[in-house]
Amino acid sequence: METDAIWLTFKLAGVTTLALLVLGAPLAWWLATTRSAVKPVIEAVTALPLVLPPTVLGFYLLILFNPDAPIGRLWVQLSGDTLTFSFEGLVAASILYSLPFMVQPLQSAFAAVGRAPLEAAASLRAHPLDAFLTVAAPLAGRGFLTATVLTFAHTVGEFGVVLMVGGNIPGETRVVSIAIYEQVETLRYADAHALSATLLAFCAIALLVVYAVNRRFPTHVG
Amino acid sequence: MSAESRDGAATVAAAGAGALTLDIDIELPLGNFHLQCAERLQMDGVTAVFGPSGAGKSALLRSIAGFEPASGRVALGDDVWLDTAAGVRVPAHRRSVGYMFQDARLFPHLSVGGNLRYAARRARGGAPSFDDVVAALDLAALLRRRPSALSGGERQRVALGRTLLAKPALLLLDEPLAALDSARKADILPYLEALPAQFGMPTLYVSHAIDEVARLARRTLVLAQGRARAFGPTAAVLQRLDVQSIAGPIEASVVVQARVERHDLHYRLTWLELGGQPIATPLNEGLAPGAAAHVRIRARDVALATERPRALSIRNVFAGRLTELVAEADSPFAEAAVDVAGQCLRARITRAAADDLGLAEGMNVYALVKSVSFDA
Repeated sequence: METDAIWLTFKLAGVTTLALLVLGAPLAWWLATTRSAVKPVIEAVTALPLVLPPTVLGFYLLILFNPDAPIGRLWVQLSGDTLTFSFEGLVAASILYSLPFMVQPLQSAFAAVGRAPLEAAASLRAHPLDAFLTVAAPLAGRGFLTATVLTFAHTVGEFGVVLMVGGNIPGETRVVSIAIYEQVETLRYADAHALSATLLAFCAIALLVVYAVNRRFPTHVG
Repeated sequence: MSAESRDGAATVAAAGAGALTLDIDIELPLGNFHLQCAERLQMDGVTAVFGPSGAGKSALLRSIAGFEPASGRVALGDDVWLDTAAGVRVPAHRRSVGYMFQDARLFPHLSVGGNLRYAARRARGGAPSFDDVVAALDLAALLRRRPSALSGGERQRVALGRTLLAKPALLLLDEPLAALDSARKADILPYLEALPAQFGMPTLYVSHAIDEVARLARRTLVLAQGRARAFGPTAAVLQRLDVQSIAGPIEASVVVQARVERHDLHYRLTWLELGGQPIATPLNEGLAPGAAAHVRIRARDVALATERPRALSIRNVFAGRLTELVAEADSPFAEAAVDVAGQCLRARITRAAADDLGLAEGMNVYALVKSVSFDA
């Protein structure tokens, strides 16, 4: 069994999900509450990874992360390592690739919470951040669960972007999907079966958890 | 300039006997009309904002609370919350207002106790104690319940408690009874009547129910089509015919202030005193002798006579002076206002009767009051 690849995959998915919780929740909150004219633009950009072929996203990221490009060069100066063909580069790419899976469920959850409970919180002197943490976030709990599981599972399942940006370096960028691809290419079907079945079981269980909990989670809103 | 404004402020403070003033001069687009309201309200006790549905009452309250992007000026005493000319717009959470919503808006993920503690933890100094509020609103039995397990009336009681615990400088009550049936209303009204004063919070109370206004409010602001149409002592404002035409098809009635004299358990009557004359009302032992009571007298329950009648089942007879007589040629009725010891009663009689009796403004008349209700 490719334990290195499995561990790396879960590490990548975990780090990406945590990073997206921190970055995606404020973005989703802003999208759910803003009356700004640029909202449709931001929504469209956020949804792009849903429709773009992963190779397109991966190609542009490869160009951006290149040590000769400004972002890639900055990263080399800061960390001494390149963004291309490194775990850090994979995390950065995964954050962009999985962004809609975090933002969209959260945005609809926040929209369902609405302004009413937050006005009530404000009238009790709760600062907006206080109101977000103590009222909006708990009421959007179901959205957080859905977004977290979908982001994690979607990151586990990515292939094209990883291949373009990370390549196939064992222990650094060789995640499960890449390992399976290589096993099939080299006709090691038994290994490919084992790893594929593991991934299939994981994804099925993750989705089952989301749907089961979604059904039983008490609906607070409404 | 500044000396003049200081003088102005001093005069108002004297007039309000130290009460806070709420300065409002705001404008807010509201669908098909503008809310445009410039009033200086003396905030002692309960002040009602009264008007028909869609008059902009809630929008006015929401603008004061900071929930609407109104422009203009809002200040409570020296505390300026909005002054668009000076670039001041204090966000809602930093305005010392407590807002009680029509739909309660308890936090559904917290228990009743959790909702109350949410407010208590964020309260300013001098806030009432948790236990006092729980006791005053009889909430002890509800503390562990979820808001979803409460009745509408219980929800509003919890919402009122939550608002009191935050110790706002100004209490805004936005039709807190509108979603309740009349039995539940009767349960909540006594709390709304007693608590803002008990906990020392001046209150703006929005309602389109004239009986609530008459019962609770010392002063009333009448709004229609987004404009302030009248402001003054509740009884005086509600007596104005122009206000009644604005307020829509409200029943002509007046609220008079009386003093509780004594209870007659034998005949099950409570005797009140109005302008030196006694009135009998159905027994209401909840009122202590000596206390002030608001009673409502409907115009159709008042008849007029030019001499003191004898041998009559109606016992409440008041001597007064006819101050206003409005008889429209296309109506069978005439409406009369009678001054009884400084308080105004309104009578609805037929135009034919008015002519037969030769009624004219300025005449001394007797007002016969068939029934009086405590304003519930």
